[in-house]
Amino acid sequence: MSETKVPPAPRSTDAESVGGAERTQLQMILSRFVRHRAAMVSLVVLVLIVLGAFLGPFLWRWDHLVHLEIPASVPPGPEHPLGTTTAGHDVLGQLMRGAQQTLKVAFTVSIMGTVVGSLWGAASGYYGGRVDALMMRVVDVFMIVPLLVMVAAIAGNVRGGTTWYAVALIIGFFAWAQIARVVRGVVLSLREQEFVEAAKAAGASPSWIIVRHLLPNAAGPIIVAATLLIAVAILLEAGMSFLQFGIQPPDISLGQMIGDARTAASTRPWLFYPPGVLLLVVCLTINFIGDGLRDALDPRQTMVRR
Amino acid sequence: MLVYTVRRVLGAIPILLLASVLTFVLIDVSGDPLADLRMQQPPPDPSVIQLQEERLYLDRSMPERYWLWITGIGGNGDIGLLQGKFGPSTQSATYDIGENLFLRLGTTLRLVGAAMVFALGLAVLAGVVSAMRQYSKLDYTLTFIGFLALAMPVFWFAGIMQQAGVGFNELVGSQVFATIGDGTYQAQGQDLWGRITNAFAYMTLPTIVLMLTSFASWSRYQRTSMLEVLNSDYVRLARAKGLPNRVVIRRHALRTALIPLTTVAAVGIAGIIDGAILTERVFQWRGLGEFFIAAVEKNDSYALMAWLLLSGVLVILANLIADLLYGVLDPRIRYE
Repeated sequence: MSETKVPPAPRSTDAESVGGAERTQLQMILSRFVRHRAAMVSLVVLVLIVLGAFLGPFLWRWDHLVHLEIPASVPPGPEHPLGTTTAGHDVLGQLMRGAQQTLKVAFTVSIMGTVVGSLWGAASGYYGGRVDALMMRVVDVFMIVPLLVMVAAIAGNVRGGTTWYAVALIIGFFAWAQIARVVRGVVLSLREQEFVEAAKAAGASPSWIIVRHLLPNAAGPIIVAATLLIAVAILLEAGMSFLQFGIQPPDISLGQMIGDARTAASTRPWLFYPPGVLLLVVCLTINFIGDGLRDALDPRQTMVRR
Repeated sequence: MLVYTVRRVLGAIPILLLASVLTFVLIDVSGDPLADLRMQQPPPDPSVIQLQEERLYLDRSMPERYWLWITGIGGNGDIGLLQGKFGPSTQSATYDIGENLFLRLGTTLRLVGAAMVFALGLAVLAGVVSAMRQYSKLDYTLTFIGFLALAMPVFWFAGIMQQAGVGFNELVGSQVFATIGDGTYQAQGQDLWGRITNAFAYMTLPTIVLMLTSFASWSRYQRTSMLEVLNSDYVRLARAKGLPNRVVIRRHALRTALIPLTTVAAVGIAGIIDGAILTERVFQWRGLGEFFIAAVEKNDSYALMAWLLLSGVLVILANLIADLLYGVLDPRIRYE
């Protein structure tokens, strides 16, 4: 942090540039990310899963709904690669739709949580003093409620079916506190630096300084936290749907599939294992990507060796 | 120390108050406790609905209801947290929210407590070992397990463990692990040894499930902080003095390296409570999870609010204990 970069390149992050004068910062970050093998593999796998979830339903002949032509409780075979349910769903069709809904919820939550959390944290850190104390108390309150219980209580309390965006809004409303903390921490050190001083002297308003000077310089930690928030949101949504308080039938999500198959794990394992494996793989890849991004954007905070 | 404790307890009150407002408003706005009654076919008599509205204080305004919920002044004597009353329930006129809540609390705390103790113990052990053998095979294995555990949906893992328990029982030919129920009933009237074996049978699988996520994230923290301490000057000095390795690790390094974990673990209790709900659901415990699910299904607002506030109190208590533990762990901190 010794060499302060003044705004001309607002999207620059605070990574130390060690002997790479010819390369731009973005190139350096990219090359560091590419070197993180687990993250690269994860990225490929995740892209494939996302493509499968969003394009697969157009290609596969069954959707996630009950069809009379589908025989009940058929184990995986050529007609139905992942088998069918007792009611007459095609499990592959369900799986693709479920993954799609889960991912839509997770991405929405991540965007919402990141925007709200970053602005909240940056404002809190920038103003400091009483404002900071008050704003951080609010964050504390959001940190002490068990997230899953809170979102399940509210989503379950709403009668008449919850759709994916309602679920996303409810989770997003609660899931920003962690990012606010991270951003506040970064901003606390950034605001003492000369370029903020300079911006103030030039007559910039606080909101201008926060949005144009502080947040771009905190981009690294924000991107990492936003990535990890996707995984958190996926597990939250899955937990909610498992308890039957998330996305409601006839629509489907991965957690709901596991919840429905809970008692059939030994008799019809094809209903129980695929959605769980998919959830696990998606979260695992996202966490690895987050780790790779952390290494690429902030080389000092390495969690595992590359 | 005492002054500090009192000050911290007083400092928790505004947070708790803020949490109570948030909880109350969100639960109150999001659902109608009488939704099921109103949608009944044939429609119930308006006088029935009116009677229920009066019983549940739905005829009052929201601020009035909040005041009632906290103080109970002006109510029918069944509401008011400060008087230890949690409000009327939609489940039945005689259902006592407080009594049921605290009955279930014991069952859940047993699971949460066991998971916390084992997760902390194993996390410290795993973290210290991976830090001391950084970049060894063991370190990589533990890191990978950590990543896997953090990505694992708790309830799915619970289902797998349940299947594994059933399979193991069949293999051995006796009921080593109980896969359904919390064992409270079975423990009644047994001697000490019977209680211990009973607890082992019923608690092993759910505890493993519940501790997994916390173990994973805490062992990462422990590894990082241990690495930091091991590379610090005072540990180098201790080694330079010629102290045996065991003493350096135990007396000098570990004690300091435990401090960050204390904070993380205290905050993490909210996550464990989340996991406990899911784990209890799979293993069919009659704990707070079942209470919670019934309350959501019946739109039982006062029960939900009581539940959420109770968990808030638990998390705040955990944080307080963590703060007091700092003084024990870190000789530089003195609470005057």
